[in-house]
Amino acid sequence: MLHEWIVAMVMLLGAGFMLIASIGLLRMPDLFLRMSATSKAATLGAGLVMLAAALYFGESGITLRVLAIIVFLLLTVPVAAHMIGRAAYFDGVPLWKGTLIDDLRGHYRTSDHQLVRDAESSEEFAIPEGEEGDDFLN
Amino acid sequence: MNIETLYIVALGMISLGLVLAFIRLVRGPSLPDRVVAIDLVVALAIGIIASYAILFDQPAFLDVAIIIALISFLGTIAFAYYIERRV
Repeated sequence: MLHEWIVAMVMLLGAGFMLIASIGLLRMPDLFLRMSATSKAATLGAGLVMLAAALYFGESGITLRVLAIIVFLLLTVPVAAHMIGRAAYFDGVPLWKGTLIDDLRGHYRTSDHQLVRDAESSEEFAIPEGEEGDDFLN
Repeated sequence: MNIETLYIVALGMISLGLVLAFIRLVRGPSLPDRVVAIDLVVALAIGIIASYAILFDQPAFLDVAIIIALISFLGTIAFAYYIERRV
């Protein structure tokens, strides 16, 4: 009995984190803030729900499978989020208007996408700023 | 209170999150926003599969979660390459 309650509580906690991630995706003002809301909270939520499954079944084979999924998520979600964030920055996704500092401005060469410490000519490093909602049209 | 009610409440919460993620998928406004929304949809699908496996006592469904996690990573990386090269 207690065992099932623990499973239900872990599962509800994971579902709550996933719901928070979705609300963050919908409500945050720009892409990078949305990614910071989803990538962490959704990984934690999926990990907790999988952990609930491992606790519920309580067999070593299933626990091993669940651990494999959790480790795989922990490895791949940050890599995927970094790739998407980097690509979006080159794509010129607009930042939130309340953004104070953009540390990367003027340090990425647009020709080969390399990071350079000292920016020399400003045109070579200027990433074109996109408009809100500019895909599907061009 | 029946314990299965709690499982169904958790499934309902994840489904509500799925609806919110789909609203962001439709509204955009840019392609990377949609890719992030698809990423979240896949994470929510993994949660739904695990909850479903618990609710109906079917551990075989967890294999599907492994496959979906693998394919979603490949898809996100492919989208990232596409977004970076298309400029």
